[in-house]
Amino acid sequence: MSGPLVTEDRPLLMVRGLTKRYGAQVGCLDVGFDLWPGEVLGLVGESGSGKTTVLACLAGSVEPTAGTAEFWTREGSRVDVLRLAEPARRRLLRSDWGVVHQNPRDGLRMSVSAGANVGERLMAVGVRHYGRIRQAALDWLATVEIDADRVDDLPATFSGGMQQRLQIARNLVTRPRLILMDEPTGGLDVSVQARLLDLLRGLVAELGLAAIVVTHDLAVVRLLAHRLLVMRRGEVVESGLTDQVLDDPHHAYTQLLVSSVLHP
Amino acid sequence: MSGYNFAFLDEQTKRMIRRSILKAVAIPGYQVPFGSREMPLSYGWGTGGVQVTASLIGPEDVLKVIDQGADDTTNAVSIRKFFERTTGVRTTTRTAEATLIQTRHRIPETPLRAGQVLVLQVPIPEPLRWLEPREAETRKMHALEEYGVMHVRLYEDITRHCKVAQTYDYPVRVDGRYLMRPSPIPKFDNPKLDRSPALLLFGAGREKRIYAVPPYTPVKSLDFEDHPFEVETWRQPCGLCGATGVFLDEIIVDDKGGRLFVCSDTDHCAERRSPR
Repeated sequence: MSGPLVTEDRPLLMVRGLTKRYGAQVGCLDVGFDLWPGEVLGLVGESGSGKTTVLACLAGSVEPTAGTAEFWTREGSRVDVLRLAEPARRRLLRSDWGVVHQNPRDGLRMSVSAGANVGERLMAVGVRHYGRIRQAALDWLATVEIDADRVDDLPATFSGGMQQRLQIARNLVTRPRLILMDEPTGGLDVSVQARLLDLLRGLVAELGLAAIVVTHDLAVVRLLAHRLLVMRRGEVVESGLTDQVLDDPHHAYTQLLVSSVLHP
Repeated sequence: MSGYNFAFLDEQTKRMIRRSILKAVAIPGYQVPFGSREMPLSYGWGTGGVQVTASLIGPEDVLKVIDQGADDTTNAVSIRKFFERTTGVRTTTRTAEATLIQTRHRIPETPLRAGQVLVLQVPIPEPLRWLEPREAETRKMHALEEYGVMHVRLYEDITRHCKVAQTYDYPVRVDGRYLMRPSPIPKFDNPKLDRSPALLLFGAGREKRIYAVPPYTPVKSLDFEDHPFEVETWRQPCGLCGATGVFLDEIIVDDKGGRLFVCSDTDHCAERRSPR
């Protein structure tokens, strides 16, 4: 991908010493990185390497054992999201952050229409005008290439790719500055994957979104991510620019990972 | 009646319930848990309301019991008899005379006055229950005022039916803070909750919750700016007393499709037909 869209002179998110232990087991150990505004960071590694744990700690669904994650809010103050009081963290999660789940069923409200799904965050931050909520829903559906006449359909009637795009629209409606994505293309067939990646790439560039993408699919990070962290057994073993890491892997594990990719 | 304490409940239990009521009054719309007792009637018949009434009623009180607007249906008659036998207080069907009114699913048409207490029976107290099944989560949502999801439901109604289809138990915000289920009263009665001079108490026996709207507390029905809250209207007046602007029930009067719209509030209707 083309050069990072860095527009500010300080990182959006600074993670230091992030550690999660499950008793003697290690979820992740001393993970640290800077994420700049508009930058996409890829987290790769085998199953159980701690990628999802890092994401879950940041999103607040898992309580980390140690570490800090400082985030510059829209209001210009610096907060440690790991120490944030729950009301503030929940507010942050539904306004300035977005979380895209691997399984769209985890991120969508399946019993209400697509329009209500997109509008939910707006209503959560206090918008009380039906017409405006609906218009915003229609605009965002268009942005993620879902036909306007599907706005009143239930997400259950959508295909997997459409559900995933709906989930993205639902997250972007409050114009967040940071998106956490856990295997956004997992479970989709290859052509749908390509379309979704194309869309994500466009949105990230257009909106200047920063994103952390967890995946085991190296093709996905090659397309999406500016920088890469390679994880193994809870630790970051290698980091750098995506192309640099993938084309010239230094760590033995990264070399193994890169050489295991099948080329048809 | 011998063998029973005044108003059936023992004094210790009444004290516990009164403490919960005081807390509920202090935090309008907040659901206060209480140690609900087994009552000699089945859940769903008003065990919550009966306990609230039993803990408040005194020998000087005049009691009225309403079931869906009527004073003469099973539920109203049984509960009225229950309190007649266990307390010996005077009962009435006239809203204006009563000091304590227990009601199932209606607020009387006759405006309540200061000093009166209205006790409503509540089947499910949690307004967010069908949207969020976890009790721990709904409590957190109340604590953090995360009520956006309730509007998702209204959005969905407007999208499907061009209006909010909820006609009873219509959710309200109490004093700009707590989201509350007003119990299954028709939304027609919602405006009567707003700044009511009477004390409104809500008791849910099975769910073990008491909540309250103190006198003159603002109560606002949820809506959208471009789809304001509206109550039901009828094209014809009451078929018996000719009243307009009251809640009407549809009654089938024969087997040839004949139907009649009459006041749901029987006391109000009788009063208009033959003023006492």
